[in-house]
Amino acid sequence: MLVYLTRRLTSLILSLAAASLVIFLVVEVAPGDPASYMLGINAQPDTVAALRAELGLDVPRWQRYLSWVTGMLSGDFGTSYTYRTPVSGMIADRLWVSLPLALYALTLSTLIALPAGIIAASRRGRAADVGVMAATQLGVAVPNFWFAMLLVLLFAIRLQIMPSGGFPGWEDPVQAMKALTLPAIALALPQAAILARVLRSSLIDALGEDYIRTARAKGLTRGQALWRHGLRNALIPVLTIIGLQFSFLLAGAIIIEQVFYLPGLGRLIFQSISQRDLIVVESVVMLLVFAVILVNFMTDLAYAIVDPRLRRRA
Amino acid sequence: MNRTLILGAALSLLFLGGALLSFVWTPYDTEAMVIAQRLKPPSAAHLLGTDHFGRDILSLIMAGARTSIAVALVAVGIGMGFGVPLGLMAAARHGGLVDELISRANDLVFAFPSLVIAILITAIFGPGAVNAIIAIGIFNIPVFARLSRGAALSLWSRDFILAARTAGKSKARISGEHILPNILNLLIVQGTIQFSLGILAEAGLSYVGLGAQPPVPSWGRMLADAQTMVALAPHVALMPGLAIVFMVLGLNLMGDGLRDALDPKLKVLRT
Amino acid sequence: MTGVLLDIQNLTIRAHGKPILNGISLPLKAGEITALTGESGSGKSMTALACMGLLPSVMDASGTIQFECQNLLEMPEKALTQVRGQQIGMIFQEPMTALNPLHTIGRQVAETIRIHAKPPNRAEEQARAVLRKVGLDMPLSRYPHELSGGQRQRVAIAMAIALRPALLIADEPTTALDVTTQAQILDLLKSLVKSEGMALMMITHDLAVVGEMADHIAVMQSGNIVEHAPTAELFARMRHPYTRALFDASWHKAQLPEAASGTPLLSVRGINRDYPLPRPRPFAKRPAFRAVNGVSLEINTGERVGLVGESGCGKSTLTRAILGLEPIQGGEITLNGEPVFTHGRPNRDVQRQMQVVFQDPYGSFNPRHRVSRLITEPFHLLNKPPVGAERERAIAEALTAVGLTPDDQHKHIHAFSGGQRQRIAIARALIIRPKLILFDEAVSALDVRVRATILDLMADLSREYGLTYLFISHDLGVVRSITDRVLVMQKGRIVEEGPTERVFDAPEHPYTQNLIAAAPRLPDIGDFHAA
Repeated sequence: MLVYLTRRLTSLILSLAAASLVIFLVVEVAPGDPASYMLGINAQPDTVAALRAELGLDVPRWQRYLSWVTGMLSGDFGTSYTYRTPVSGMIADRLWVSLPLALYALTLSTLIALPAGIIAASRRGRAADVGVMAATQLGVAVPNFWFAMLLVLLFAIRLQIMPSGGFPGWEDPVQAMKALTLPAIALALPQAAILARVLRSSLIDALGEDYIRTARAKGLTRGQALWRHGLRNALIPVLTIIGLQFSFLLAGAIIIEQVFYLPGLGRLIFQSISQRDLIVVESVVMLLVFAVILVNFMTDLAYAIVDPRLRRRA
Repeated sequence: MNRTLILGAALSLLFLGGALLSFVWTPYDTEAMVIAQRLKPPSAAHLLGTDHFGRDILSLIMAGARTSIAVALVAVGIGMGFGVPLGLMAAARHGGLVDELISRANDLVFAFPSLVIAILITAIFGPGAVNAIIAIGIFNIPVFARLSRGAALSLWSRDFILAARTAGKSKARISGEHILPNILNLLIVQGTIQFSLGILAEAGLSYVGLGAQPPVPSWGRMLADAQTMVALAPHVALMPGLAIVFMVLGLNLMGDGLRDALDPKLKVLRT
Repeated sequence: MTGVLLDIQNLTIRAHGKPILNGISLPLKAGEITALTGESGSGKSMTALACMGLLPSVMDASGTIQFECQNLLEMPEKALTQVRGQQIGMIFQEPMTALNPLHTIGRQVAETIRIHAKPPNRAEEQARAVLRKVGLDMPLSRYPHELSGGQRQRVAIAMAIALRPALLIADEPTTALDVTTQAQILDLLKSLVKSEGMALMMITHDLAVVGEMADHIAVMQSGNIVEHAPTAELFARMRHPYTRALFDASWHKAQLPEAASGTPLLSVRGINRDYPLPRPRPFAKRPAFRAVNGVSLEINTGERVGLVGESGCGKSTLTRAILGLEPIQGGEITLNGEPVFTHGRPNRDVQRQMQVVFQDPYGSFNPRHRVSRLITEPFHLLNKPPVGAERERAIAEALTAVGLTPDDQHKHIHAFSGGQRQRIAIARALIIRPKLILFDEAVSALDVRVRATILDLMADLSREYGLTYLFISHDLGVVRSITDRVLVMQKGRIVEEGPTERVFDAPEHPYTQNLIAAAPRLPDIGDFHAA
């Protein structure tokens, strides 16, 4: 277990280092100088130079990389070029919208997908299976932002039981959750369709294994064999997908935030890009990548909990 | 031939045909604005209605299919063109440094939320169809690399590969002669899945304004334009969305049908 | 009939309307072992699954299976789950996959008890007792992956007999095991039948196992029981020609020509092959597993040498090292004085003189190529591969030599049976006339009658082409019939070497003695005739 953990942890750190380097370089090669952009085309060269010095853009690249990374480690994400406020504060505000949204959607997607996948696999080839498969086939094909528009049309405009957009803040948790509900559904349904399909096929694979036959020979019913022996084995690939979906939900959230005018990380990114506030872009992207890598790490830990072969391996 | 395959292929071909036809003919000029005809619901004159500039939605969807298909297709090409050789190389040198490097790089790219980086790339290098293609294509590379590495690895332990090695053939040659033809089915099926994901990604990017720029028509931008008038004229938002759904549905059905027809045991990557 | 526990009457099984079993009848008595034997596809396993009510859903069965005054075929699923595990237990062939990898062995054995017993208390305790009964004295908290194949099969047996069922069905229970483990498991099953008074339905293709174990034998051929009699009687009479053919093939000894003693050909001197293992602790030095440990051997031209050993002893690794497919970490391999490896690359001049025939007739060929392309693949090693008419002649000759026709070259591999595929594999090995052929478990996957014909073919080819080969196998009987000299390998080392007859008749090393003692032996026909 210790070896497994150390190995995963090492790879976590290496991935983060590599990711930070890639992000930094991509942003570095971006055309256009933030300082001259901020001051406009009529700025004096010495004003630009002064601003460059103030923003810390005049030191060599590797130094800037190091100070960016070490800053992030201590929670200092730098100062926004545009607003001259700490990036960490800007991110924190937005994170309180984006993170709950992604988790909300992930929970919904898992809650929908698990029963759907199990029903489809255990009634393979029968009406319930055909129905679930047809629904998932459709779910996979629907773009979530378009689905979001349809939800708004139905629930906000026609029925008027849900807000069509905006975010009231967490002072009123009920209203806040209400504001996040349509976006979460829009995000969750296509993901649930994928998850249900993966769970179904992984369960069907597990049900074909020899140990299921052994379990039946012991006197377990089909259902008992599925619950006691099939499900936990089938969960391993499903965990992978849930881990991967987190990154899709984060990315999907960026677009969905546009539909619902939610003040999340996605809108922050778009805003910063249009204002060439590259330090914000850099940090938000790094944060998203960090979240994904962290979730993958946790997926690996979950494997070890599910699978004793990983736990006990020397 | 199974029904899924026929239905999927028919849907896909319908869109492909419409896209090709739009090069020479569309019911109306896609750039002609007739304000008098704006936001008209579907009718005999305009089968799918008109948008807020009075343009014919069917014509725009046909022309938009062109963009979607081109972007997704080239992105799949990029993914296969780089990913498959990398995957085969990693499998041939299994356990070695090359394998380690390729696998690590794969993991790294997988760690980036694809759309986030696509947004980053198109945002920094400017929006447009070409940058959208590159952004989507980059994320197809690890998919194909991982898939072909896994499939190739299981083949490398097979006896017929050992036989080829005792015949003195080099690893590169074996990869081309024995491994590639035997994973081709899998690549084709995964290709259609990535194609459909590419369509969705392109729509997402152009919806947020980072895909193809005007006057190039695109489904995602049609939806973005429609958003503000969804209450007034729902068909403006409905039609391009349905186009995406049917196109993606067609490709997915085709992928499933192909898999069943070629080999039901194929393991594709679904994300 | 008295004392009949399970009575199969006129059992017919169809899949998609195609018959798989044609009305077989078979009575099983308590305290007796009945063996079902026959070649693959004869319907043995389906008979067993029908008794459990676990036939695949595409199959439907008719007839009756009378058990405890009830017809199992008409019993509702709910009642069947009460019978399974409680009154009829079953064990399967593959111990490596038969256990759930995520549950402890204790939990899996106790599950049989929990699912049936009411109230299910003391299940743990009972599980421990049953595990001890099958000879496993280890903590219940072990996971399957921590156990060897033989130990896992013991767990599977423990699960099947935990509730002392009246009938135990064992489907090829030892086929996946090494011969010494097989002997232990067979002993265990025999003693359980005696102590518990169970009936045992034993399904096996191995006639030697059948002869040692069974009280009654039923011989199956394509869905029919062609002969059914008490063991001694069956061995003595063999009324049905198929039974006779089966036993003849098992007794079969290929007529090898005299070995022409020649000059030294292959020389392996003190080679090691290490595989790195995962680090035991972070940052610790990686330990290595030495699969081949200081092995030396010589093969002269014209010699037929056997290499026997149990799975994991390193014989396959040694084979690959000789073929130049894997690097070695010490020692030297030369053919005709030339090293197999030069500068870390296999030497083509040496590779050209060696070819190999693998075990799996279904995995040895690229399914996309035609036979002509498949068997000419070794031409790649020649500096001037034959073309045109010369190539045609080589293909025709190789195919004819292995008993196929030149026209077969245009077919795809899926048109051929397992035995024919092994012939094609031999044709591929012969086509460049190598000095040495390695047969890596080349007949292990074949049914007994096909195996006999392939062994005959090897003898014929030896006569015609004066073959030199190294025959690697776990099957002692086969090695004995087809080699002049034999090497015995254990844990990466060669422990004994000598003329085949001498090693088999008077083994010197304790390991060899064990191996030979453990191998089930077919009774001589003479024994029964005399009786």
